[in-house]
Order: sequence, then structure tokens, then C-alpha cells
Amino acid sequence: MDTLAKQQITEDLLPQKFGKQGQIWVAFLSVLCLVGFIAYCRQLSKGLVVTGMRDYVSWGIYISNFVFFVAISLVGSLITAVLRLTDVHWSTPLTRIAEIIAVSAVTFASIIIIVDMGRPDRFYNLFIHGRLQSPIVWDVIVITTYFFISLLLLYFPLLPDLQILLKYKEKTNKYLYKLYTFLGSFWKNTPGQISISNKAVNILCITIIPVAFSIHTVTSWLFATTYRPGWDSTNFGAYFISGAFLVGAGGVVVAMYVFRTHYKLEKYITDDHFDKMGKVLVMLALLYLYFNVNEFLVPAFKMKKPEEEHLLGLFTGEFAPVFWFAITTAMIIPILILIFKKGRKPKPAFVAGLLVVIGSWFKRYLIVTPTLLHPFLPIHDVPASYHHYFPTWEEWSIAIGSLAGALLIITFFARIFPIIPIQETITETEEHEKA
Amino acid sequence: MKSNDTSRREFLAAAGLLATAAVTGCATKENPFQPDAADGLKPSGKKIKLLSVDGEVIEVDEAFLKPVPHLPPVSNEQARIGIPGKKFVMVIDLSRCKSVKACQSACNHAHQLQGDQNWIKVYPMQDADHTAPYWEPTTCMHCDEPPCVKVCPVDATFKRQDGIVLIDSDRCIGCRFCMAACPYSTRVFNWEDPGLPKEVADQPYSCESSVPQKKGTVGKCDFCADMTRQGELPHCVSACPNGVFMFGDMIQDSVTNGAETFRFSDLIRDKAGYRLMEDLGTKPSVYYLPPVNRNFPFKNDEAKPEEKKS
Repeated sequence: MDTLAKQQITEDLLPQKFGKQGQIWVAFLSVLCLVGFIAYCRQLSKGLVVTGMRDYVSWGIYISNFVFFVAISLVGSLITAVLRLTDVHWSTPLTRIAEIIAVSAVTFASIIIIVDMGRPDRFYNLFIHGRLQSPIVWDVIVITTYFFISLLLLYFPLLPDLQILLKYKEKTNKYLYKLYTFLGSFWKNTPGQISISNKAVNILCITIIPVAFSIHTVTSWLFATTYRPGWDSTNFGAYFISGAFLVGAGGVVVAMYVFRTHYKLEKYITDDHFDKMGKVLVMLALLYLYFNVNEFLVPAFKMKKPEEEHLLGLFTGEFAPVFWFAITTAMIIPILILIFKKGRKPKPAFVAGLLVVIGSWFKRYLIVTPTLLHPFLPIHDVPASYHHYFPTWEEWSIAIGSLAGALLIITFFARIFPIIPIQETITETEEHEKA
Repeated sequence: MKSNDTSRREFLAAAGLLATAAVTGCATKENPFQPDAADGLKPSGKKIKLLSVDGEVIEVDEAFLKPVPHLPPVSNEQARIGIPGKKFVMVIDLSRCKSVKACQSACNHAHQLQGDQNWIKVYPMQDADHTAPYWEPTTCMHCDEPPCVKVCPVDATFKRQDGIVLIDSDRCIGCRFCMAACPYSTRVFNWEDPGLPKEVADQPYSCESSVPQKKGTVGKCDFCADMTRQGELPHCVSACPNGVFMFGDMIQDSVTNGAETFRFSDLIRDKAGYRLMEDLGTKPSVYYLPPVNRNFPFKNDEAKPEEKKS
């Protein structure tokens, strides 16, 4: 490959300054974060009473948001590790997108779980009094591990690109140049370094798979280890994992479309990528649908008394609109769009991905809250308001603020670093030409 | 260490008895009610009526009353171990309950519960369409296989040797996993500052008394561990006018509601005692006697207004 083509690829993929759209987007997200922060300050001073949660619905949208974040973060392991280890190369331009989604989502999963605590000031108790038999402690351990592995999987493949960024001093500003120097000046692209880095990435890819399965399985066990109807299910681990891969892949399709159109990356994130990701999404949606059938049809066939109230609430009762909305938007409509070749074009695929993400958020809400409203003993000796749950503005602001925060991390990442790996793209193009 | 413990406990018990107001120098003087020059106190002329330890009403001049600072009855370590050689158990006789809820108000008062919190709930229950309704009071079940203790990440809720499950509000991080894990919906949360009067809020906290409750932590029935340590009955037991609650020690095999005492094993055998949700394997320490040969007809006055509300 000639140097001219290399030059072209590099210049196409270098991080770009925020345009007007970018600035508006950042300002918009920052405002959402700020409102969330103000709401959290209120919650800190007044206590969790500012939320809509009470003694029966003791977990609300904070916890469903937590589950959502953990779920979407799993895509890092899917795109980077699973596809890499199975020698699938078309996904290379998507690895960094997937990995930054993973890192930012895990970060906000940890933040939102602290937001849900009644006594965040005693967080350190988890370390000085932690008991290994509690699934919460397992979650703390595996989520921390997953965060660091994801961070390294983001960082190691970034090193050759940092070297490229350092070469283009005139295209960057002083502070970013300092940052690149700090992060990557030791990288000289020597064969020795490359082989160490490749080995490290391989090891990380292998370790991240069990860790990724653990984070979401353990998250499902926060529910499944209790006796409650709707949570007391042996299906829960697999049900959560399949749903997680679905929402993560949906998130990647959305991000692909946004980066492609905004940064004019049509040459690198091609129609073919949408076609392939579309097929992946259909497969994952069918898989998740399968676990949903297991999760609801089997208990519904028996209608055990404690389950009955819960299931009827979902199928035809109070939660039916949200339930059917989530099932159709997260699975059925995306499948119907993406099974057609025309549906796997960038725009319809983007819409399908967006539907998956939105439907999946509400799905998480349905996993957490309705169960709590159907305890074994009837809700009694409490005010009438305890029979229902609707999040307050503080809860909405904090939940939306955390989602905005995750998007902000991704946005800034794409501003600072190349969102599509430059070096890997060059290498792959070379190999492709050779072949 | 051992003798030290005993004397400390005696001292603390004495302090507890006169906790709200103690008379100066009562241990050393012949007549503690006579002013002593050394104290530098003069009678104010304002008399205050007090109930003596013997149950007599006595009048004491206000000047001779001095507040004694509250001390926690036992250390946190001791409170976590429990009382050696005991296995506390409760029997709730459903045939005697008419939902007077004296248990509930005594409990709320003793634990300074504010607002909408109830550690004791009295459920109107009907198991099937054509079975008879009855009242079912619930406390914490103090399970021998407590699901709440299993899930607590920081050992803030724990199971003692004497069978009592307690919460350490000084350690609780407020994750509410225990509330999700408890199948008996017995746990409540302090969603806001409990808003206790200053003298209550300033009391030194003990997980045996569960007072004062703290913002952002979980609360629940503690089997009145502070009362049982003094050999007294829990507040709900002594408050119930119908003798519904019986409390005692399984090792001694006796339970009492204050007026009557039963051999626990006989009572459970003769009246077919059972526990709630036995199939979950939680092994509660609270037993129920079925609502047969009732003392009162079932009359639910609260059902209608509550329906209107919701």
C-alpha cells in the first residue's frame, strides 16, 4: 500500500474538533448531568425520601438503570473478545466503539449503585466489613475487575494510534499533545512491543469473557437469590446475559450510525458493517426472545398463587402497557426490520438499534419493580401511596443525568482519540490488498 | 474479665432503672432526700412526683434531681453475641387476636418509630375464597436461616447465638438487599431523618434497643433484645390485652404472655403450632397457633376506608 493511501486513512480518522453540532450536543448532555447532580445533592441532604421508593418498592429506577448499564457494557466483550477470538475481522473498526461503551457504562453502573445507597458515606464498610457470602460483594469484585480489563483492552490497542497522533503535532493542541505523550510516548512500534501487546490483548480477550459473563450473571443473582415471585428463577443468569448482548449490540449500531454520519466515516463504517451487525442483532433478539418465553410462559402455564398476581400484572394489569411496549420495541419490531436486507441499511438499522436500546431500558424497569409490588404477604399497614411506584423528578433527573454522563464520556473519548483504530485499519487494508 | 463484666452490668442496670432521673447520692447516704451541704444544693420548693423502684409514688424536690447520661446497656461486641444459653422463641395465638393493635402502638412507642413505620403489622388474612378470615400479627420471624443475613454485604444485620436477628444501624450502608430478600416484608427503611426529639436522638445507639433509628438505614422488630437481656418481656407481649403473644426460651421450654405460662412443646403439640412459609426453609423463631375456637369474631373495620383511599 502506498504512503498516500496510508496518509489518507490517517487523516480521515484523526480525532476532530467539535463542530457546532458537537458543541450543542456536549452542552445539552452537560446540562442534563448538572440537573442530575443538583437532584443528587437534594437527595444527599434530605435522604432517599425524595425518591418515589418506599418500604415495598425499595428498589426503583436507580437499580434498573444499574442493570441497564451493566447489560450494555457487556458488548465490549462480545465485539472485542468473542469476535476476535473467533477470527472475525470485519468487526475491527467497531472494537473501540464497543470498548468505550463498556468502560463508560461500567463507570456509571458503579456511580448509580452508590446513588442508590442510603448511606453512601459508609461505602468503605464494604471493604472493612465486606462478607464474601453476599452477592453484592461478588458484584463489587467482578465489576471492578471488568472495569480494569475493559480499560486495558481500550488502552493497549490505542498505543500504536497514540504514536500516530504524536506525529501529527500540528493537528492537535498543547494539552492533548501532553496527554498523548503521557499515555503513549514510550510506544516505539518495535516488533518486541507489538508482540507483547498482541499477547496481552489475547490474554485480556480470553479473561474478559468469563468476567463479562460473571458481572451480569451476578447482577441477575441480586434478584434470583431472593424468594420473590418474578425473581426466583433459575433462568435468570442466561436471561440477563442474552438481554445484555442484545442491548449492547443495539447500542453499538446506534453509535456506529452517529459516528459514521457525523464524522463522515462511510469508507470505514460501511453498509456491510450495518448488514452484519443487523444480522447479529436479529440473532441476539431471537435469543433473548427465547429466554423471555422461558421466563414467562413456564410460570404462566402453572400460575402458582404467588406468581399469579405478578404475571397478570405484567400481561394484562398495571404493567401491561410497559411490558408489551418493551417486548415489541426491544425484540419484535427490530427483528421485523432487520430480517430484510433493506432493513439492514444504515438508517433503518439505526432505528432498530435505537428501539432495542429504549425497549431494553424499560425491560430492566419491569424486571426490578413489579416484583416488589407483589410480596408474599399482602401490602398492609402502610399508607395507600406505598401500593404504587412512580419515580420523582429527582429520580428521573439522576437516572437521565447518568445516561447523559455515559454519553458524555463516549463523546469526549471520540474527540480526544480516534474512534476507529487507525493502525489496525491500515494493517488490515494492507493484508486485504496482499490477499 | 468475667467479674468485671458482672459488676459493669449491675451498674448499668441500676443506671438504666433511673435513666430518666436519678436522685443525687442515693447509694451513699442514709436519706438521699435530705439536702447535703456538700452538694451545695438548696431545695427549690418545687416537688416532682416519681415512681419508686418498689412501685410507690414519692415526691422529690426538683433541685435534687440530676440527669444521668444514657449509656448503652452493652457493648457492640456483646450485643452481637447475644445472651449465652438462650434460644428465644415467640408464639402468636391467632385465636385470640382481634386486631386491637396495642402491640403495634407499644412497639412504635418503645422504639420511637415515627411517621408511617410499623415493625409489627396485623394482616387481615383469608387463605382461600371459602375459608374463614382471621387476623395475623407479624413481627420479624428471627429466622434460623435468615435470608436477610445471608445477603447483607457488611454484616450489619446478623444472627445471634440466642436466635435473635438484629441490625447494627451504625454499620448499615442502606443497600436494602435485606428488604428484597425478606419474604415476610418485615423490614422498613428510614427514607428520611427519623425526626426524633433531641433527647431521643442523642441517646447512645445500641443494636439491642434499636434506638435511635438513623437516616438511610434499615429497621425492624428486634424481639426487644434490651428487654430480654433484663429478663423482661418484649413490649408487644406485655401490651396485648388478649394475651396473643407468648415469649420465652426454647431451651427452658417455656413461653409466657405475662398472665399465663405454657410449656412451649406442649403448646405447639396440643394446638398444632406452625410457622409461616415453612417451605422456604427460613426456619422462623415465631410460631403460630391456628385461629380455631376464636375468642372474638372477625370484624374488619379498616378494609373499606383503605379501599376508598387507593
